[in-house]
Amino acid sequence: MFRKLHDLKSEALTILIDGVAAPADPGESVAAVLLRQPEPWSRRTPASGSKRAPYCMMGVCFDCLAEVDGVASVQTCMRPVRDGMSVVRQVGARSVRK
Amino acid sequence: MSADVVVIGAGTVGAALAYGLAIRGARVLLLDGGDRDFRAATANFGLIWSQGKGMDMPAYQQLTRDSADQWPSFCAEIEGATGLDLQYERRGGLTLCLGEAEFEARRTKMLRLQSQSGRQQADWEMVERGRLERLLPKLNLGPEVTGASYGQRDGHANPLRLLTALHLAVVQKGGKIRSRSWVRSIRGEAGGGVTLQCGDERIAAGRVVIAAGLGSKALAAEVGLDLPIRPQRGQVLVTERVESLLPLPLHAIRQTGEGTIMIGATHEEAGLDSSTTTRAAAGLSARAIRWIPALSALTLVRQWAGLRIMTPDSYPIYAQSQSCPGAFVATCHSGVTLAPTHAHLLAESVLAGRLPASLDAFHQRRFDVPQAA
Repeated sequence: MFRKLHDLKSEALTILIDGVAAPADPGESVAAVLLRQPEPWSRRTPASGSKRAPYCMMGVCFDCLAEVDGVASVQTCMRPVRDGMSVVRQVGARSVRK
Repeated sequence: MSADVVVIGAGTVGAALAYGLAIRGARVLLLDGGDRDFRAATANFGLIWSQGKGMDMPAYQQLTRDSADQWPSFCAEIEGATGLDLQYERRGGLTLCLGEAEFEARRTKMLRLQSQSGRQQADWEMVERGRLERLLPKLNLGPEVTGASYGQRDGHANPLRLLTALHLAVVQKGGKIRSRSWVRSIRGEAGGGVTLQCGDERIAAGRVVIAAGLGSKALAAEVGLDLPIRPQRGQVLVTERVESLLPLPLHAIRQTGEGTIMIGATHEEAGLDSSTTTRAAAGLSARAIRWIPALSALTLVRQWAGLRIMTPDSYPIYAQSQSCPGAFVATCHSGVTLAPTHAHLLAESVLAGRLPASLDAFHQRRFDVPQAA
């Protein structure tokens, strides 16, 4: 859907999205990486089950929620990538650890 | 304009009453205020609750218990008429206790209520921590939780859907609802009946019921009733939607049909100020986490406040004016629990022109006795 205007820098990081490796630049947000994927969505809503993708990219719309490193409902547009980070698309109502 | 009965106030109390009047064939006019008026009905938490209520007022224990028992058929009736799902569930309810002292104090309170009720059979029990954990299998309780009281009559519903459904049902049954209709005066007529001044319009009615929440005080004064009501602020928090966690409601945490978790509520003397405070959000969150630590991971999405209509003893007022027969007052802060009572017992009584003996204890005159110094 989206692509970068430049090639990824040599010091590119790798994050895992649903277990699949995705390259990322230092300093960019998890949502930006999600939008470059062949499947650019971040979650399915608990209300209708329909897909949602990052939208406002500024912390307002909450459509980019995903599980990041085991923490559910993270606003991925507000979270910079980190090498080895694990992102899991969130499907339906989030789980809560006991 | 004329009507058999005018109900002033289209909140949960007025709407339930108007519905009950309409299904009994009365021509009902339900007058609502404006968007900026205080609306306890839209801030309600949604518990249908009887456990722990009615200290020193056995008549209220009876009323709230009867009403809770009528909820299943009342709900079926409203859902059948409107096609709306009220998200009503009745699996009992829990009041959690922190520490041994709180657990014992709760037991003492429940025993005292039972002895005041004169009932042999208990509809509640104290539940020790081990059993409580089995009742709430998806949660780890906080280390201080010692147990809970369980009330078998308790449940919960969506109060906004209830209000919407009642309005819909009133209209379906031939009643009329008018918004932005503020009543300025109420006069009794010599030949019976009342005349209301509503804006520039005069409305003639056989009877009038004042169910205008905090606005009832000024209206009741029109018919010679002094209502000692005051606002009491309640703030509520709600989280994002999460997987099913709570199989039954707690006092006062409940999971809604949509999956959000509501955390309530404060009891604040704040006058006519319905704003929210950070202090209340922090306090409600801190208490909720002592009960259920996992809630600390959830995102809060909204906080709101409403003003309860509070009387000196906290119990409802149902009264008919002596100076203006046919004019009634109905006010309470448990409009959801008591909705079936308002739709049936109260509507029947208003049409009959007299309140039954079972409601004597709720007359406003109980506050007229001078208090000993």
